Amino acid sequence: MSHPTLNQYTPVKFSRIYALGAARGDLTVTNDDIAGPIDSSDEWIRQRTGIITRRRASADRSLMDMAVEASTEAIKKAGIDPKEIGAVLFSTITHPHQTPSAAALLADKVGANPAPAYDISAACAGYCYGIAQADALVRSGMAKYVLVVGGEKLSDFIDPTDRTISFLLGDGAGAAIVGPSETPGISPTVWGSDGSHWDAVGMTASLIEFRDGAASWPTLRQEGQTVFRWAVWEMAKVAKAALEAAGIEAADLSALVTHQANIRIIDELAKQLKLPESVVVARDIVYTGNTSAASVPLAMHALLESGEVKSGGLALEIGFGAGLAFGAQVVVLP
Amino acid sequence: MALDQNEVLAGLAEIVNEETGIAAEKVQMDKSFTDDLDIDSISMMTIVVNAEDKFGVKIPDEEVKNLITVGDAVNFIVNA
Repeated sequence: MSHPTLNQYTPVKFSRIYALGAARGDLTVTNDDIAGPIDSSDEWIRQRTGIITRRRASADRSLMDMAVEASTEAIKKAGIDPKEIGAVLFSTITHPHQTPSAAALLADKVGANPAPAYDISAACAGYCYGIAQADALVRSGMAKYVLVVGGEKLSDFIDPTDRTISFLLGDGAGAAIVGPSETPGISPTVWGSDGSHWDAVGMTASLIEFRDGAASWPTLRQEGQTVFRWAVWEMAKVAKAALEAAGIEAADLSALVTHQANIRIIDELAKQLKLPESVVVARDIVYTGNTSAASVPLAMHALLESGEVKSGGLALEIGFGAGLAFGAQVVVLP
Repeated sequence: MALDQNEVLAGLAEIVNEETGIAAEKVQMDKSFTDDLDIDSISMMTIVVNAEDKFGVKIPDEEVKNLITVGDAVNFIVNA
């Protein structure tokens, strides 16, 4: 049976990140501020995590406030009309509603209504998942511009007495505008998950258990050693695969921007990659803390703002965390 | 062929020295990694992964918490 030929999207050849935006919690929380309940000290926390302060948001600064601030900066710097945004992807694990999505509200607040909008649940890998999807949406022709946000208000889900992860965590949002490009700006993404370690990082309980009185308010926790081994030695393989997929060598990089999990993961991962000294390693964790999905764009934004790296250079960005989920790609710095 | 205990101890001491700077001769069978050598959980995992590479053995995550003393680690590796 014959039928008329269907239209399909007209692909564009390349994509790139146009601009980034960043917003952090308004409070600077020192190690001394949080050391008491975990029977610790400033020195102990610095030595084990590299963190000197972490940024947290006060009660009247919401996840959405930070996401709107970061997105508005990215849209403005990209020089685009928010009406041209063809999709809004919001990576977060701390949006306080099961539904509707944070992305739909964000789209409306930044002037991108009626763009398709959805949240991504890939924890600390979420931003890199978002960039992967944005790259695909733009190159397929499905969207002209995509707003990708990684944002968290982790301080709503921490236990001050937890020694596994809570003391690392901070709040913030990072945003990127991805759009069409004359030249390649985002390499193939190496991404995946390993659900056999589903319980290595996550929540202490489900919301159903909390409702039924079987558990207290769910907070984050991790099996530190398991996560450390995976984050360094497995992610070193992923990072090398991403470089190979991009067709470049480590020496071609201007920067390594890893998820800001812990300075010792960052340093050991950099060591495993045998990076030349010319490659700047992002260490935004020192004053921001671990902000999960927000950490990669916040760290990249900080490197660009400080002038440590220049627009046009190459950066390997890699996110990894609960799931266990991971994603890595090489991007041209906006 | 089973690994020799003294060789494993010497190799492990070298790994501990590289990771922590602790003198190799202080790494003795009866020493506790945490209490005597002041090695934290992250350094311990780095030592474990390097020991796996060096001796060609697999030390599962759940086994690491049982390695209290240097002797525990040496014996695990010898018997692996």
